[in-house]
Amino acid sequence: MRAVSATRRRLLKTSGAAAVVGVLVKAGLLSPRIAEAWNKEAFSARSVEDVVKAFGGSTATRTTEVSWGSTPEIAENGAVVPVNVTSRIASTESIAILIEKNPNALAARFNFPDGTDPAVSTRVKIAESSPVHAIIKTADGKYFVASREIKVTLGGCGG
Amino acid sequence: MADPMKIRATMQGDKAQVRVLMSHEMETGQRKDAAGNVVPAHFIQSVSATHNGKKVLDAEWGPAVSKNPYLQFQFAGAKPGDKVQITWTDNKGETRTDDAIIR
Repeated sequence: MRAVSATRRRLLKTSGAAAVVGVLVKAGLLSPRIAEAWNKEAFSARSVEDVVKAFGGSTATRTTEVSWGSTPEIAENGAVVPVNVTSRIASTESIAILIEKNPNALAARFNFPDGTDPAVSTRVKIAESSPVHAIIKTADGKYFVASREIKVTLGGCGG
Repeated sequence: MADPMKIRATMQGDKAQVRVLMSHEMETGQRKDAAGNVVPAHFIQSVSATHNGKKVLDAEWGPAVSKNPYLQFQFAGAKPGDKVQITWTDNKGETRTDDAIIR
């Protein structure tokens, strides 16, 4: 126990906060859950490739094994567009929704523990007619993407 | 203090279906007010849901989720009378937790 405290004290004295957190996580002294912050890089990304990279992946394989349920093809009100995505891919861990033409393209990422259906319904803002992508991650670290076009008659992002 | 979430948790076959309506502006930071000033971003960044204390969903959100967010998901291993708890935290550090009993 004393050795651990001495290390922490030395690290805190000599390093900046972010560096310390990283070192502590690697040393197993600080749980990565606590260190996890909102993924700013992912939420600034504008393309499927950049989102997948920000998630720590490399490429996303195109798939049709996704149901879009009640998601409309034409949205009357871009401020409130229902999106309903179900993944049929085995061992799906997360689904992210990316609205390509939005200023804020990545809308959400949902993580599903064992026992929860890999399916979610929510409502999103769509600024203008846009390809909408569902980016799926499976337990083995692979990424998949399914896409559809949603047309918007009244744009949803602002003023 | 934000308005309470409306949570409906019901058994659909052998799964619990949870529907949540949250009360939040979900301001993108893109909008200008009447005076022409940018309204600062204020949006829910993280959501988590537990069933009898065990996590059943977590999510990271951006400001493109609609105002007064709606969320629906379902999970196995629940029965009527069990408790579902939902927590959200926004980019200003504000947070809200509400719960519901599965019917």
